Amino acid sequence: MIKKFGWGARLAAMMNENRGGPWGTGGGSGGSGGGGSGGGGPRNPWGQPPRKGRPLGTTGNVTSLDEFLKKSRARFGGRFPHQEGKPYWLYGLGVFLVLWLIFTSFHRIGPQERGVVTTFGSYERTLGPGIGFSWPAPVSRVQKIDVEEIRTIDIGSPDANSENLILTGDQNIIDLAYSVRWNIRDPKLYLYQIKDTEETIREVAESAMRAVVAGVSLDDAIGSGRSGIEQRVEQVMQQLLNDYRAGVVIRGVAIKQSDPPAAVNDAFKEVSAAQQQAQTYMNDARAYALQLTAKAQGEAAAFDKVYSEYRLAPEVTRRRMYYETMEKVLSRVDKTVVEAPGVTPYLALPEIQKRAPAGVPK
Amino acid sequence: MIGRLARNPIALGILAIVLLVLLASTLAVVPETKQAVVVRFGEPQRIINRFKPSQDFGRTGAGLAARIPFMEQIVWIDKRILSVDMDRQQVLSTDQLRLQVDAFARYRIVDPLRMYIAAGTEERVSDELRPILGSALRNELGKRPFASLLSPERGQMMDNIQNALNRVARQYGAEIVDVRIKRADLPEGTPLESAYQRMQTARQQEARSIRAQGLKQAQIIRAEADAEAARTYAEAFGKDADFYDFYRAMQSYEASFVDNGSGQEMGKSSIILSPQNDYLREFRGRR
Repeated sequence: MIKKFGWGARLAAMMNENRGGPWGTGGGSGGSGGGGSGGGGPRNPWGQPPRKGRPLGTTGNVTSLDEFLKKSRARFGGRFPHQEGKPYWLYGLGVFLVLWLIFTSFHRIGPQERGVVTTFGSYERTLGPGIGFSWPAPVSRVQKIDVEEIRTIDIGSPDANSENLILTGDQNIIDLAYSVRWNIRDPKLYLYQIKDTEETIREVAESAMRAVVAGVSLDDAIGSGRSGIEQRVEQVMQQLLNDYRAGVVIRGVAIKQSDPPAAVNDAFKEVSAAQQQAQTYMNDARAYALQLTAKAQGEAAAFDKVYSEYRLAPEVTRRRMYYETMEKVLSRVDKTVVEAPGVTPYLALPEIQKRAPAGVPK
Repeated sequence: MIGRLARNPIALGILAIVLLVLLASTLAVVPETKQAVVVRFGEPQRIINRFKPSQDFGRTGAGLAARIPFMEQIVWIDKRILSVDMDRQQVLSTDQLRLQVDAFARYRIVDPLRMYIAAGTEERVSDELRPILGSALRNELGKRPFASLLSPERGQMMDNIQNALNRVARQYGAEIVDVRIKRADLPEGTPLESAYQRMQTARQQEARSIRAQGLKQAQIIRAEADAEAARTYAEAFGKDADFYDFYRAMQSYEASFVDNGSGQEMGKSSIILSPQNDYLREFRGRR
């Protein structure tokens, strides 16, 4: 105590000397210097060239500065002959301590952060966004935790060389890649409950995913059941992490890839190829059906039209149609009319064959 | 003496350092994440910040703790939930199928003193628990058929494993929080290959049946169209079968003998007519 008191007294003495020295006397001499130049100014501000006015003022200042230096030298030199550096050292220490206090007891907590305050290691409270206070550093510590940032854990990878195989409920295997997004809900639980929270979340995710996928069939896992799986995994994970009191929230589970393993991928492609093929068959058949019915309807309609005309004059129409058709037919073909009843004509069948177009099959 | 010290900065500095060292070796900061066993010459004296389930953070034993300098040491033991990660285990089900299982257990040291005496460090506890976890898993899963191994959480299995593990863990002052199966895979080699083969053949079968279904559907569609067309024709032509015969014959002649401009090759035809032909009736002149 006494030792400290001594130091304090000495510091106070030095401060007093310093404060009294430069400010008191300096102020006085400054005043006189100002008065000198000020006196010269108003007397003749424009007539006199400024060069002549200035030296008057400066000489006055120099003299007062000299006086001040002399005085102060006498003072300092007289009392502290060996300790001229010390005040600065102490100032430095003081400034450092003040800065230390400021920087370690005021905490700027960003809007996305929370500050967990511990006093001698023991949890005290959690600081919300804004400026927070705590005891200075060796006593209290503030850990800033970002509670808004969504962190992502990727499990499995969508590239071909590594597979994350999972057994489905019907004992098939799928290659699954998914990611889990989470953030911190309770900073103190996050810090103090589990040793390696991120690794824990990863393991819980794998476990939950395996358990859920083991309850669905391959077709569901690959196709329509994916969003259901995602939701259930999220629920299971949150439940488990709550049981651990991990202080985290699962924001979502996203299945990025859910494919059959590469070894059987070809067989799966064959299925979709078969589906395409079946569609093709059916499309062809539908086209045929449309064509056929349209043709039938067309022909029926044509017949109806002709028939209604025919009914008005059956005999005439019939003969007319007969002659027209025969005309068309016989005008395009070679005709031979054999008149005499006794003549057996020589039918040159090979000749007829020859006259057939060149493209006849051999 | 104090006056002398004040004038001697080096002695002052040394004194300050000695005081600091003394302070540092007397006081210790116990964080929330650690439990501390104070040991005097190797003999455990007391426990600071022991885990109690109902305690909230801030009301635990964490904080400043004092000890006798140089005589008492503090052994730090983690207070958080720790994990044991098991090596992969091959499990044989009752129906002689193999499964490779990867599991983890989470535990917490609830009795630091016992743990310090029995194991020393957390790593040793993990090392001791790891094989027990493996064997408990094998024992329990080996009693079940393969199908139920895929989702062991549904039954009693995980509880049994946890209980078995807990019996051992208690000897080390630890308590199992949870046991979970992380992965359950078919072993590499034959089991995996045969599973792949099964999947492959199942898919091929599916592909074939899809194709056959497609063909079947196509055939049905065609047949329906044929029937529809036949009905349309019958409806129209049935009105006068005799006229239809004539009408269709005319169309047929035209189609057979006259190039209808469709670009199709038509055979050249020659027709030999007898004068008795009806078409040539007027040829002969009226008699």
